[in-house]
Amino acid sequence: MFNTSLKQLSTQLAEKKISSIELTTEFLKRIKQSNPEYNAFVTVNEDISLAQAKAADQMIAAGNAQPLTGIPIAQKDIFCAKGWLTTCGSKMLANFVSPYDAGVIERFNQAGAVNIGKTNMDEFAMGSSNETSYYGIVKNPWDTAAVPGGSSGGAACAVAARLAPAATGTDTGGSIRQPAALCGISGIKPTYGLVSRYGMIAFASSLDQGGPMAKSAEDLALLLNVMVGFDPRDSTSLQREAEDYARDLEKPLAGLRIGLPKEYFAEGMSSDVARAIEAALNEYRKLGAQTVDVSLPNASLSIPVYYVLAPAEASSNLSRFDGVRYGHRAASYTDLADMYRKSRAQGFGAEVKRRILIGTYVLSHGYYDAYYLKAQKLRRLIAQDFAQAYEQCDVIMGPTTPTVAFNLGEKSGDPIQMYLSDIYTSAANLTGMPAMSIPIGFGDKNRPIGLHIIGNYFKEAQMLNVAHQYQQVTDWHLRSPV
Amino acid sequence: MQWEIVIGLEVHTQLSTQSKIFSGAATAYGAPPNTQACVIDLALPGVLPVLNQGAVERAIKFGLSVGAKINSPSIFARKNYFYPDLPKGYQISQYESPVVQGGSITIQVDGTEKTVRLTRAHLEEDAGKSLHEDFHGMSGIDLNRAGTPLLEIVSEPDMRSSAEAVAYAKTLHGLVRWIGICDGNMQEGSFRCDANVSVRPLGTDKLGTRCEIKNLNSFRFLEKAIDYEARRQIEILEDGGTIRQETRLYDANKDETRTMRSKEDANDYRYFPDPDLLPLEISARWIDQIRSALPELPQARCNRYITGFALPAYDASVLTASRETADYFEAMAQELPEHAKLCANWIMGDVNGQLNKDGIDIGDCPVSPAQLAALLKRINDGTISGKAAKTVFDSMWQGELDRNADAIIEAKGLKQISDDSAIEKIVDQVLAANAQQVADYRSGKEKAFNSLIGQIMKATQGKANPAQVNAILKKKLDQ
Amino acid sequence: MTLTISDVKRIADLAYIEIDDREAQETLQQLTGIFTLIESMQAVDTASVEPMSHAQSVTQRLRDDAVTETVDRALYQSIAPQVEAGLYLVPQVIE
Repeated sequence: MFNTSLKQLSTQLAEKKISSIELTTEFLKRIKQSNPEYNAFVTVNEDISLAQAKAADQMIAAGNAQPLTGIPIAQKDIFCAKGWLTTCGSKMLANFVSPYDAGVIERFNQAGAVNIGKTNMDEFAMGSSNETSYYGIVKNPWDTAAVPGGSSGGAACAVAARLAPAATGTDTGGSIRQPAALCGISGIKPTYGLVSRYGMIAFASSLDQGGPMAKSAEDLALLLNVMVGFDPRDSTSLQREAEDYARDLEKPLAGLRIGLPKEYFAEGMSSDVARAIEAALNEYRKLGAQTVDVSLPNASLSIPVYYVLAPAEASSNLSRFDGVRYGHRAASYTDLADMYRKSRAQGFGAEVKRRILIGTYVLSHGYYDAYYLKAQKLRRLIAQDFAQAYEQCDVIMGPTTPTVAFNLGEKSGDPIQMYLSDIYTSAANLTGMPAMSIPIGFGDKNRPIGLHIIGNYFKEAQMLNVAHQYQQVTDWHLRSPV
Repeated sequence: MQWEIVIGLEVHTQLSTQSKIFSGAATAYGAPPNTQACVIDLALPGVLPVLNQGAVERAIKFGLSVGAKINSPSIFARKNYFYPDLPKGYQISQYESPVVQGGSITIQVDGTEKTVRLTRAHLEEDAGKSLHEDFHGMSGIDLNRAGTPLLEIVSEPDMRSSAEAVAYAKTLHGLVRWIGICDGNMQEGSFRCDANVSVRPLGTDKLGTRCEIKNLNSFRFLEKAIDYEARRQIEILEDGGTIRQETRLYDANKDETRTMRSKEDANDYRYFPDPDLLPLEISARWIDQIRSALPELPQARCNRYITGFALPAYDASVLTASRETADYFEAMAQELPEHAKLCANWIMGDVNGQLNKDGIDIGDCPVSPAQLAALLKRINDGTISGKAAKTVFDSMWQGELDRNADAIIEAKGLKQISDDSAIEKIVDQVLAANAQQVADYRSGKEKAFNSLIGQIMKATQGKANPAQVNAILKKKLDQ
Repeated sequence: MTLTISDVKRIADLAYIEIDDREAQETLQQLTGIFTLIESMQAVDTASVEPMSHAQSVTQRLRDDAVTETVDRALYQSIAPQVEAGLYLVPQVIE
């Protein structure tokens, strides 16, 4: 059951071989057993989950089942869910029980899915190792000395350790793909604007995008079918015709042109990762794809640009956390300004404060043009690089991360080293293009390695096809640490 | 030294939409605290803004009525600062590319016309309210007003006296109500002025250091605050001092302005384009639609009243101060096209007097233009005297006899005696009974004439047409 | 560009985050490193490049002017630090 695909689970539920109550109970049991070690979940609420399972069973009995009806899904604790504690990994929201549902949560509810719990994450999604969470570190189930990646570290861990059939994540600079790679699972960040940001606690509004994390590309397609859709409450949500993301899964890859940016194969990538990438590319060549060399000359600027734009937006987005209407308020203070300063100093962790300060600085008087505006111009140059590359290829491939998972504590004292974890992933957020990671083997210390697949805007179905065909001829995605 | 006062105004007008600028919560005034603050207005984590079409439409309407440029795309920006009545820790406003750019407003001061240029008008959200009543030494925050759409209208420093500033503010107030984008209720804060005031030696070009006076919520306070502030600045300069650029508050009780914050500790607002909102495109077609639905503007009507109805400029400008007044006048003038001045006199006189007394607007006037016109027709055709007309008007105001002028005249017996032979008969009787006064008059005592008129009017219970009585009496005495 | 301790304190003040001298010193070091990384942006000539604020070149969608939100004050205030008479309480606001 724990290794079963979503499609198979759906069939079993439809054929009443198993009920959602049974399925949910099994996963809850498993979480109870393993979560103390992994710390993948911040909140589990058996009563709500089982009530949803019961309702799902009724939907199935009434013949109203949809593909995900009755299937437990782990929700990243960045999505507001009515009646659920929604912490965003922060002390600031330690007592925040959301009075409303995020667009994504609504869509899962309408689909009859079961919320199996809220997953741990880097505080306000700022981090690449899940070590900035106020609720403790999450361990990589492949090697508990290693980080699971971040910020969706709890989600990646939950799927890899088979504590949930699938999970949601969010990705601002790599927060779905990097932990997916480090935990040996599949994850996709869709084109910006496809998944509603309403109720998804904002980190950097112009970069944030929700997406699914699961065992396989096929599972991702089913999840995307639920998650993607226009939401009138999000001004950046795109109005497009609904598409079936599973429609092209079985297409042969003959003639597929894979672009290999020379900048992504330069120094910085460790040799174990390089070997695994080469092997994966060989599989693709065997499947009939051809590789073409492309260039993204401004790609190296993604990290500096990202670390101007994301903190700038974050510094403003996080101003609402002031201890007035909800969230942490300092116990003692001298006056209003002191209440603000102490509440925010106590409620936010070090990394969040650091980014707020960077963002405040780059927007402040006299520095806006040199940093914020400059970064926005470079953002356009980066997007133009990709547009040019896509004239020569259909998808772009490279490593998701330069190395396998690093050790817990290894980079937590060095922000810059931590920031460089996003070196390959942040460009897709800056451009808004879809990008995914799939497991392609193991490197040092037998830790997983991910292949990064970046597509052109709205090419999710094609990317899932590309990933699925690889997963038809390999079994990396079926490996489990448990 | 002679000083020149230089004034620019920033006016915040609350737009008369049903819902807020970025959320679907109601904007109605006076609801219990925080019952009109939805999750978006409260800035709960994860909520997002979506722009209200009604707010944009009103901004465009304003832009078109002042001859401004409508920017497209127009951009929304975040103005970052912390305040408990600002839930997000930033205000969504506009910085570069506001919806309305430029334009001008014509004002009348002491019979002369002047043009005040506008810099811009931008859309933004209002903040909530801090209630300073003592809650155990704390303040209470009501966020019902948070997110109410505002159009901030910024003028160039084109005004040179408090009178000009007030004339500008009044004209603007009339205009936003005229085009229906703002209810103009100053008590409820729908129309709020900030004044930028500086002084300079008369004849020089360089602007002096300015102070911004906040929270001017009546035209009277606007005038007094500017006068006080200009005097304060002139005194400082004449004493050899310098003006510090700062924000000041007007204290109506003390009739003075005081420092709120100086420029040095002013906020660094860190404006940047709001990533939650996309560029606002305003199509030429939409602009044309709004333009074609615009009412005739006050300036145009004022001119038409002067040329078309031969009204004095003063009357025309009073009648076009509000659209309701102008509409009332026009409805009457349609009934009495040859007597526009009489209509104007009645509106500016008796009607306005009663409205003020009862504290109501002309839109709620109990006597309709048609009813009043019917009454004025009876003056014109000599049925009643002007004096009697006032009695009839009072009855109409009270709602008597369905406000039917003829019925009231009939019921009260106010019809004039206009029949020459009837009047002659009465005059003859009075002359016969007052031989002494007739003799007095004929011997040159003019006063006796008035006494005789009084006797005649008394005999007719005041109903005789005074002009006729006058003429007939004169004729008879001089025979 | 060289960041100073007073820059750090000024931005912490703007961001309303209390910071003591030790934290400010540590932050200064970290931010200096991060800004060294960020400074690499300055090497590229962007004089003729339009800034890119959004990933998609789409325009703002407009909402009809209608009341669509309901307000459950009791629920919303159940998570507030301090409320009284329907108001959110904060230390005295002084103007």
